[in-house]
Amino acid sequence: MSELSRQRPQFRNINAFKDLTTYRLPAAGWVSILHRISGALMFVLLPLIVWLFDTSVSSEISYERFSSAFSAGIGFVPGWLFKLVVLAIIWAYLHHLIAGVRHLYMDARHAVTKQFGKSSAIATLVLSIGLTVVLGAKLFGLY
Amino acid sequence: MSVNYGSKRVVTGAHYGLRDWLAQRITAGLMALFTLIVLLQVVFTSGPLGYEGWASIFAPQWMKALTFAMFLALTYHVWVGIRDIWMDYVKPAAVRLVLHVFTMVWLLSCLGWAVQVLWRI
Repeated sequence: MSELSRQRPQFRNINAFKDLTTYRLPAAGWVSILHRISGALMFVLLPLIVWLFDTSVSSEISYERFSSAFSAGIGFVPGWLFKLVVLAIIWAYLHHLIAGVRHLYMDARHAVTKQFGKSSAIATLVLSIGLTVVLGAKLFGLY
Repeated sequence: MSVNYGSKRVVTGAHYGLRDWLAQRITAGLMALFTLIVLLQVVFTSGPLGYEGWASIFAPQWMKALTFAMFLALTYHVWVGIRDIWMDYVKPAAVRLVLHVFTMVWLLSCLGWAVQVLWRI
C-alpha cells in the first residue's frame, strides 16, 4: 500500500526541452520514436526519392545527371551534402524496414515478452546503424 | 469527444479498427518483398551495374506491374502513417484538415510522377 500511495512525479504538461531530455528512454522506445521520425523523413524527402528514380532509369543522359549530383553536386547543393541527404534516406529506409519486420515478427509469433522487446530493439538499432555506416562508407568512397 | 454528431462531429479521424492496422502490415510486406526482388537482381548482375543494368530491372512487364502495385501500397502506407502523426500531435480540426489535404496532394503528386517514370522505361 505504501508503495502505491507514494508520491510520483506527474507530467501533465511536458516541456520538450526540460522533461524529454531527462527521460531515460529504453531501447524499444528509441526504436519506436525513430520508426516515426524515419517515416516522416522519407515522407518529406519523397519528391527527392522519385527524382532519384526518374533520373536513374529514364535515359543515359538523365543517368549522367543522376551520378553527377553525387560527384559534382547539383544547383547550389555540393556533392557531399547531396550524399549526406541520400545517406539519411538510406538510414531511414533501413531503420523503418528492420523495425517493421520486428513488428511483423511480434505480431505473428506473439513475441511480446519484456526480454524479447529489449533484445530485438537493440538488434534493430545495431543492424540499422551498422548497415548505414557500411553503406555510408561505400557512398563516400572509403572502399 | 462526448458529442460527436451535428456541428460537433469530428471530421478528421481514422477508421479506429482492424482495417488500417492490417493494411499497414500488408502494404509493408509488399514493399519488403519488392525491396528483396530489386536487391537480388542488383546483387546477381555480373560486372558493374551502370545505366543499362539498372534500367533493365524495370523493363519487363511483370516488374512494371509489381512496381506499380508497390507504388500504390507505398502511397496508402504513408497516408496511414502520416495521418497517425497528425492525429497524435495536431489537435485543432481545421489545422488537421489542412494537413490531411496537403498530405494527400503531396502523395498523389509523387505517385503520378513515379507512375509516369515507370512507363517511360
